[in-house]
Amino acid sequence: MSEPLLGVVLAHAEVAAAFVEAVRAIAGDAHGLTAVSNEGCDRAALAARLDAAIGGRPALVFADMPGGSCAFSAAAYARVHPEVRVVTGVNLAMLLDFTFHRDAAPETAAERAVRTGRQSVAAILAPPS
Amino acid sequence: MSVDLYRIDDRLIHGQVVVGWGQALGVAFIVLVDDDVRGSDWEQELYRMGVPPEVQVVFAGVDEAAHDLPSWVADARRGIVLTGDVETMRRLVAATDGAISQVNVGGVHYREGRKERLRYVYLNDEEAQGLAAIAGLGAEVSAQDVPTGTRVPLADFGR
Repeated sequence: MSEPLLGVVLAHAEVAAAFVEAVRAIAGDAHGLTAVSNEGCDRAALAARLDAAIGGRPALVFADMPGGSCAFSAAAYARVHPEVRVVTGVNLAMLLDFTFHRDAAPETAAERAVRTGRQSVAAILAPPS
Repeated sequence: MSVDLYRIDDRLIHGQVVVGWGQALGVAFIVLVDDDVRGSDWEQELYRMGVPPEVQVVFAGVDEAAHDLPSWVADARRGIVLTGDVETMRRLVAATDGAISQVNVGGVHYREGRKERLRYVYLNDEEAQGLAAIAGLGAEVSAQDVPTGTRVPLADFGR
């Protein structure tokens, strides 16, 4: 990879911006992450917003849910842009890990993000009294 | 009737439909009426991703939907019929001869040439006329994005 992957967080309302801000607060920089909201968009407008954010670069799109307008737009975009991959169910752990592993190929980065994201979902049980 | 909501929403199947209305109404099936999506396997697959496995998703063109509507209405389960634009809903209402008595405008977002009517409803003149035509066919038209939102009658946003 000659160019580090761009990360695009694509989510409802202000969720994406909050995720990027949280990464900035923890890691000191957004590290190639950018936020896109679906607010006020139909499918065509959201596709245009996503296209403007990615700008033809290799990218990993982090959509909020596995379904709905964000995931749909991202999947439709990736279908005709092989340098773009999509993961759903974005969480902070996968974003933080991504920011330090942006030199991977999109496919590899997507697999890593899914793995890291899943590992971060856990029930924290109460300690025995 | 077992179709509890006839909705125009340009995002088609998404969170407001599945979670907002779907949970509130307890729907067991969603019918997406769209000629383009009906012909696209990969789009259908994507839309299915957003729906819990216990909810059935049916894809239909307008003609198919007009033909099958009586069976959905007779279904003991509760369902939603969805179109992505005003014209598709107008065609469906026109083709079903009074079977659709209420139409919900749930989301028609900004596009060049459209004017804001509500925060989540933007219409051009043709679309406003289309809603008036639906009302003229006997269906009560109102706007409401989520179940907890305020229901706005066509007279207050369609002119």
